[in-house]
Amino acid sequence: MSQFHIIVFGPLLGFLIAGLFGRRLGDRGAMGVTTGLVTLSAVLSAFALKDVAFDHNQYRILVLEWVRSGTLSFDWVLNIDTLTAVMLVVVNTVSALVHWYSIGYMSHDPHRSRFFAYLSLFTFAMLMLVTSDNLVQMFFGWEGVGLASYLLIGFWFKKPSANAAAIKAFVVNRVGDFGFSLGIFALFMLTGSVVFADIFASLDGVADARFIFLGYEVHALTTIAVLLFIGAMGKSAQLFLHTWLPDAMEGPTPVSALIHAATMVTAGVFLMARMSPILELAPGAMTLIMVIGGATAFFAASVGLVQNDIKRVIAYSTCSQLGYMFVAIGASAYGAAIFHLFTHAFFKALLFLGAGSVIHAMSDEQDMRKMGGLSKMIPLTYVMMMVGTLALTGFPYTAGFFSKDMIIEAAFATHNSMGSFGFLMTVVAAFMTSFYSWRLVFMTFHGTPRADEKVMSHVHESPAVMWVPLAILAVGAIAAGFVFSDYFIGHDRFDFWAGALVTSHGDVMDEAHHIPGWIKWLPTGMMALGFLLSVLFYVVKPGIPKSMAATFPGAYKFLLNKWYFDELYDRIFVRPAFWLGRVLWIRGDQKTIDGFGPDGIAATVLAAAKRIRVLQSGYVYHYAFAMLIGIAIVISYFVLTGGGF
Amino acid sequence: MSDVLTVLPELILAVGAMGLLMIGVFSGDKSYGLLKWLASGLFAVAFLVMIGSGAEQKLAFGGMFVTDAFALFMKSVVLTGAVFALGLSGQFMRERGIARFEYPVLVVLAVLGMMMMVSANDMLALYIGLELQSLALYVLAAFNRDKLRSTEAGLKYFVLGALSSGMMLYGISLIYGFTGSTSFAEIAAYGIGSGTNGLGLLFGLVFLISGFAFKVSAVPFHMWAPDVYEGAPTPITVFFGTAPKVAAMALFVRALIVSFPDLTQQWQQVVVFLSVASMILGAFAGLMQTNIKRLMAYSSIAHMGFALAGLATGTVDGVQGVLVYMAIYMLMTAGTFAVILGMRRKDGLTEDISDLAGLAKTRPALAAIMATLMFSLAGIPLLAGFFAKLYVFMAVVEAGMYWLAVVGFVTSTVAAVYYLRIVKLMYFDEPNENIEPLKDRGIAYVGFVTAALNSPLHLLLIWPLTLAAGLAAQSLF
Repeated sequence: MSQFHIIVFGPLLGFLIAGLFGRRLGDRGAMGVTTGLVTLSAVLSAFALKDVAFDHNQYRILVLEWVRSGTLSFDWVLNIDTLTAVMLVVVNTVSALVHWYSIGYMSHDPHRSRFFAYLSLFTFAMLMLVTSDNLVQMFFGWEGVGLASYLLIGFWFKKPSANAAAIKAFVVNRVGDFGFSLGIFALFMLTGSVVFADIFASLDGVADARFIFLGYEVHALTTIAVLLFIGAMGKSAQLFLHTWLPDAMEGPTPVSALIHAATMVTAGVFLMARMSPILELAPGAMTLIMVIGGATAFFAASVGLVQNDIKRVIAYSTCSQLGYMFVAIGASAYGAAIFHLFTHAFFKALLFLGAGSVIHAMSDEQDMRKMGGLSKMIPLTYVMMMVGTLALTGFPYTAGFFSKDMIIEAAFATHNSMGSFGFLMTVVAAFMTSFYSWRLVFMTFHGTPRADEKVMSHVHESPAVMWVPLAILAVGAIAAGFVFSDYFIGHDRFDFWAGALVTSHGDVMDEAHHIPGWIKWLPTGMMALGFLLSVLFYVVKPGIPKSMAATFPGAYKFLLNKWYFDELYDRIFVRPAFWLGRVLWIRGDQKTIDGFGPDGIAATVLAAAKRIRVLQSGYVYHYAFAMLIGIAIVISYFVLTGGGF
Repeated sequence: MSDVLTVLPELILAVGAMGLLMIGVFSGDKSYGLLKWLASGLFAVAFLVMIGSGAEQKLAFGGMFVTDAFALFMKSVVLTGAVFALGLSGQFMRERGIARFEYPVLVVLAVLGMMMMVSANDMLALYIGLELQSLALYVLAAFNRDKLRSTEAGLKYFVLGALSSGMMLYGISLIYGFTGSTSFAEIAAYGIGSGTNGLGLLFGLVFLISGFAFKVSAVPFHMWAPDVYEGAPTPITVFFGTAPKVAAMALFVRALIVSFPDLTQQWQQVVVFLSVASMILGAFAGLMQTNIKRLMAYSSIAHMGFALAGLATGTVDGVQGVLVYMAIYMLMTAGTFAVILGMRRKDGLTEDISDLAGLAKTRPALAAIMATLMFSLAGIPLLAGFFAKLYVFMAVVEAGMYWLAVVGFVTSTVAAVYYLRIVKLMYFDEPNENIEPLKDRGIAYVGFVTAALNSPLHLLLIWPLTLAAGLAAQSLF
């Protein structure tokens, strides 16, 4: 029994207690147990980070031997290195704060014990994912968080849109999971193990191995890296598999903050960082990651420019920031990716919870066109949102400034053949990020109120249980950057990561420190430009956006409709799938299989049974006749075949 | 003297039957209960003597009679079945006024015939045993002689039995004509000739098999079974369903395996035909039955089909499967009939399946026993019936007769419908009329013991059973 057992199994215990005895405990009991246990985990995680990352201890704690089957062998393990410790802090801290926040936010909901049970289940699954030392346990956690996400998106199951969003998230993730599982199989086939340490140890021998698939000879490690990346794309909502993330905002806002901003969606980044030794040997996959990451950063930011739903703006922002992280992965700057993951968790959770506070104040209104002028009425929330926005846009010396700028610099310095594409995309995205973030602030908090008086009269500041978590996150959003940057991405990074990531002297991070000065200040300039344009559009001359939209209706609609991805997928996948399903259901199942199968067989059987009953006439001579016919048939058979001698 | 020692169990039954007859003649029908106990005692003594004399092969009377592990195993099953049948014939026989002293005597004589069938090592011994058994059974079927259906059953069974005996004798005469012997060993030693000679022997074999098929009620020689099962007094139906089937199957197996090893390819085809036809007809015809005794007749036909599938392989494993199957089949059948005898409403016994509705609510213990037996008959895993089928199917698959296994799987699925329908009736339907509590302890004992032996408890016993069956099967090869 170590502190790690408590960290990991505390949330599970909370889930079990709240889930099984929630009704008997009552809502207060369920909330108290889950929140208390997760908070304990969060506090212990902070100590664990110090222990692992700064005192340089590593742990491998066996929970139980899991599978021993032929050459397939792995255990259920708590594997604690720096990467895991960082994730423990992120997951447990945000989770604990979200638990606290939810006590206030969900205070009117009748199903609170179920909600808190799901939150704790999610936390446990996420911890399973980050503590694993093998791909199977990781996949278990991976599916666990997917399940919790599904349950929480569809938490308000009476809302059809919430159910649809939950199903969409599940189905889209399935596409990614298919890639992930194929990747696991391929890795096992190639290296004979699913345990990270064994896989990495055997990589040298298989660096040039090739698979033959349908006559094509492909580089094995590149294929595997691409398959794993497809898994990461699904979970981390990268371009083409991103469509579920905006819809996932149908879930309660604390869920969006925890799962769809800070933790679960970053699992893909975590997976890629874990697999960094493989990626280093798969340059083709790195190019793909760079392209997809850069394209996602640009695409999502551009869509975020025109959205009117406050949560959707932040959702697209999340999508875009995840793109940044993958650009960092593609540039081999794994430390930068994890650093951005770390800082992003704070300021994005802050923004979501702040948005939740706004929505709470506005009587569940999410449309920013119906907000405005809230800065004086909910000043605390206003300040928090300002902090979050500054950190997100990369205002100097806030968290985002360090992590995001590092990514852009790494993209400039990298030798990845698509590095310049990534660089360009992230720079433009930085500009757009600034624009839409300030747009959100101005539309929500400044100008004249656009909501009706009834709503405005109800506007109130959130209770302490909600704003205190915001304040803690705000501290992180400001300080996480300059406190940790030296360790994550600076000179101390070799000691800090201690082999958990691929780091070496003279790598892209070193190169990124020696780039022209104007590149270093380019993101900040973009940020300032975006801010100024936003001020012009939404404060100085509020008529501009409308006239812009009227002047370029095509472009505006294109962005507003999210590049028509949903419509496209609907045409290409959803409708044909429904059509096929209907054909198989009515023609295939009901008419063919049921007709000839169950119903048909049942009818035939009964008909046959009736006929046999007629044979059983009760007359002895009928019976004797049957016996003689039987003999005659057998004898004739032998006469005709000659008896087989 | 050694001959006498070898047939000592049979001698005990023969002399004992005479003794019982004397007691019955002098003290009349009031000795019915006593005679039942004495008959059971005779079976117990015969069993102990048989066990005591061991399982090694011993020939008697110039090789006409043989005892070996196979005989020991099958005779044990026969005797157990007979004891169950006697145990179930208390209240019912008294109520119908047919608790007559002849009944235990006839049962002992029939069992004597069966033991001779099991040990027969010569065509003539075989025929004598068979006829001794059959004559007793004809009388038993018509035992309720004032009831039209009982006498009709007895008469039908007698006429058709005579026909089948005639055909079998014709077969035996052909075999004798072509091989010059009636001894199993000498027929086997003769081997097969070529051309018409072999074909003639084969004709004889087919007629012989038709006689066996009649006794085990395999299709198309099965048609007497539903009528006789329904018409005979129920305790006698229990007897019909258990001991004679086992003995006839033993005869079937020994005669084919021991005397016709060179004709295996040929008789396999016949047995496969009987097996497939029985499995299919038993499964499908059972679906339409409303009378539970008739249902059990079709169930028995289907089960004989499964057992014959084991024989059709002609391998040691197959024969072992048959033996295990027959032992478990006997237990399932005896138990089910015990429950049928317990289906008593205010106005008397009922045989209607629909009267079982809601039994779980009114008589939960009886329903639990019946459900266990039905699941076992259907071959649901973890119950004895499943292992019975499993061993046969494994042998069939190992022998490469895949399509026979497929037919077995499909038909057992179809047959499961009528077993499970009874469970559904008992547990999910509303009772229409209450079944009375059990008054007959024999029914309760037999029902409980057989249900327990079919329940997952049998996992403790299945290993020794298969081991014994394996030894018994090996003694034939």
